[in-house]
Amino acid sequence: MVPDNRIGIHKRFADADLRCEPVALGYRLTLRSDPTEPEAARKGNPDLAKSPRPRANTPAAKPAAKRAARPTATASGSAEPIIASSVADEAAFALRSLQQAHANNKRYDASDEELLKFYEQMVLIRRFEEKAGQLYGLGLIGGFCHLYIGQEAVAVGLQSALKEGHDSVITGYRDHGHMLAYGIDPKVIMAELTGRGAGISRGKGGSMHMFSTEHKFYGGHGIVGAQVPLGAGLAFAHKYRNDGGVCMAYFGDGASNQGQVYETFNMAALWKLPIIFVVENNGYAMGTAVKRGSAETHFYRRGTAFRIPGMDVNGMDVLEVRQAAEVALEYVRAGNGPVLMELKTYRYRGHSMSDPAKYRSREEVQEMRDNHDPIEGAKAELLKRGVTEEKIKEIDKRIRQVVAESADFAETSPEPDVAELYTDVLVETY
Amino acid sequence: MAIELKMPALSPTMEEGTLAKWLVKAGDEVKSGDILAEIETDKATMEFEAIDEGTIGEILVAEGTEGVKVGTVIATIKGDDDSATPAPAAAPAVEQKAAESGAPAVQDAKAKAAAAIAPKSDAKPAADPELPAGTTMVPTTVREALRDAMAEEMRTDDRVFVMGEEVAEYQGAYKVTQGLLEEFGPQRVIDTPITEYGFAGIGAGAAMGGLRPVIEFMTFNFAMQAIDHIINSAAKTNYMSGGQMRCPIVFRGPNGAASRVGAQHSQNYGPWYASVPGLVVIAPYDSADAKGLLRAAIRSEDPVVFLENELVYGRTFDVPKLDDFVLPIGKARIVRPGNDVTIVSYSIGVGFALEAAETLAAEGIDAEVIDLRTLRPLDKETVLASLAKTNRLVVAEEGFPVCSIASEIISICMEEGFDHLDAPVLRVCDEDVPLPYAANLEKLALIDASKIAATVRKVCYR
Repeated sequence: MVPDNRIGIHKRFADADLRCEPVALGYRLTLRSDPTEPEAARKGNPDLAKSPRPRANTPAAKPAAKRAARPTATASGSAEPIIASSVADEAAFALRSLQQAHANNKRYDASDEELLKFYEQMVLIRRFEEKAGQLYGLGLIGGFCHLYIGQEAVAVGLQSALKEGHDSVITGYRDHGHMLAYGIDPKVIMAELTGRGAGISRGKGGSMHMFSTEHKFYGGHGIVGAQVPLGAGLAFAHKYRNDGGVCMAYFGDGASNQGQVYETFNMAALWKLPIIFVVENNGYAMGTAVKRGSAETHFYRRGTAFRIPGMDVNGMDVLEVRQAAEVALEYVRAGNGPVLMELKTYRYRGHSMSDPAKYRSREEVQEMRDNHDPIEGAKAELLKRGVTEEKIKEIDKRIRQVVAESADFAETSPEPDVAELYTDVLVETY
Repeated sequence: MAIELKMPALSPTMEEGTLAKWLVKAGDEVKSGDILAEIETDKATMEFEAIDEGTIGEILVAEGTEGVKVGTVIATIKGDDDSATPAPAAAPAVEQKAAESGAPAVQDAKAKAAAAIAPKSDAKPAADPELPAGTTMVPTTVREALRDAMAEEMRTDDRVFVMGEEVAEYQGAYKVTQGLLEEFGPQRVIDTPITEYGFAGIGAGAAMGGLRPVIEFMTFNFAMQAIDHIINSAAKTNYMSGGQMRCPIVFRGPNGAASRVGAQHSQNYGPWYASVPGLVVIAPYDSADAKGLLRAAIRSEDPVVFLENELVYGRTFDVPKLDDFVLPIGKARIVRPGNDVTIVSYSIGVGFALEAAETLAAEGIDAEVIDLRTLRPLDKETVLASLAKTNRLVVAEEGFPVCSIASEIISICMEEGFDHLDAPVLRVCDEDVPLPYAANLEKLALIDASKIAATVRKVCYR
């Protein structure tokens, strides 16, 4: 009886965005105003549409409801009113304000040129990773190697909205895609994977430890979750120098359960650091499905306790990702502090090369590949816009060439000089 | 019978203080809870509160008196019932809650224990021979020297900022950052929540992003929460990036046993950090080294773990008055030259070693004392040169014996100094147990000058 009841409550409010019914739970979550009416955000989702509207008629709730009507009316317009109100007015604090803005205008209005560029970058990541997998199989790449196949739209969509060399990016060990999306030369990345002296870390970092301070790409970190406070440190430096830069810190659904993530949320919100926390929710923390490891599986809500607005974003559509990035960046660049974005995505391959991925069915993977592939999606859109098949094939061919060259470079470059063993331990000599 | 009011110990390490102000005078009626006086320690001003009722009999120590030893009778209270047995007279009302918290009631035993733990000798290291002749020396506490080092670096480099728990508005849990907020403002002197893992990571990230963070840990015991960022994020980055990405950061704070704070707050992490390639580890003893080396640490392009010692913060040593006083990292110092035997030590151990050397001198043993100052990179040359001269060596270390700096020194002597040895190298370390709380057990567990002297006699076959 008890468990059933509990599940009943859980189910009923699972998608209610913390909009808990006081009677059912015995308490009310005090998001004092909640300008984000469910309707707009929930268009097309029958589950969500059914969810109740349980707000008590508190004084704070009323103006909020009015405010919510605004963006719906100006659905094609910018998200400014909501963003501004959520900041200016304490009572209007709304964790879903950015989500609302995103819901109102989901897809980025890319030019054909831009979309082609996104497509090209995603194909580059896909082909690069496939090649890396191949080289791993041949024994040319060792150790841990985590592929980004399936998640391409996330890095490309988000980072296309950043200013390369100005805004900082930091991520965990699944980092090849983020580097490629930031314009870093595939040759030196691949040569790092094969452990060669010409690699971006001179062969001393490997797949998980690559950096380009020139591009403001700060790694490449192997300890799950550690990049989150490091990212906040980068954001701290932007704020300290007042250079207008923003840090984008990526981590996974698995890292989301690390304590340091919440220590960081607290300080980032407290100090209004210019940082976008990006949870790449690919469904599995290594072999543990999200549901088996996380009490709250809606990661975008996990900033609630720190008053960090969350955004729930389809990470399989590069244009939705890009548009969400616009909303988040506007908020962060205006000095409002951090945003937490959850990008729902999927990795087609195992956690790392040594993972047979027995914890999920072939069908599940195939379904994602067939119906949600970000590259196929972008391609279909391009064709719909009248971009010719030839033009797309031309890109594919060029990318294959680029990747083949990077693999060739990575295979033929010499290993690091043995003297490199002792260099770079310390910067200075004492 | 009158109740004696005694100078209270207001922190675990307080030995003496200043009786700043009396708020009562002879003949005043007082009751429990009345504030009797204000007492200044080197860390804070505390209120001294009555716990008995009666009339103030006599004020025995005038206000403004400095250096009043803990346990000194400072006033008397005539009780209503003169036959009443004298009770411990007063408890301090902790106005500013010190980091070590829970200021104990004044008791003779407590005061005696504190005095017993404190080193008795005022032995000072020899003046640095490399200083220009005629340099003015300014007596400075280690605490002030550290603060001055940070302030001077902050004045010349606006990338330098200080972050940690209670570093700003509280003025530092141990008052090391006193005055920095006032001079540099909240942008550069930043109070954090109690969240070591988080702010150590933010500091390391800020260093990667081009700033020069000085991260204060209230004590290095709490840095255990953050050790992943010190080692995995800070120490390994330069190597992993092939020299592309640096992490110029200083992690600093008190390290090692304090006084009567129990096992979780009493550990020397020097050997832990010194075992990690990619880190610089500094553990100074006196004020000049604290200042000169902290400045060097802040200027360094490498991540530095800077280990201080709470028991040494209040000690005064000469600091040269020079505009740009910076000392080289990685150089040991001979703080007492000698010919018969070498005592190698660092941090608080140096004080004990110097004290032991004095005792030994009276017995005709001329000991050379080396302060390592930097634990990584370790100055082997100075140690080996001294061994070549004296042919006998003892390592004195306030820390656990197993896998210690002492172990490392002994290993170096075996590998590179074997031909010079006339006796086995011995070590004097803390006992191999978690540090106990009881005063007698704590004293037994920690190193002191007599243990060092005894060990030196052994290697001298005396």
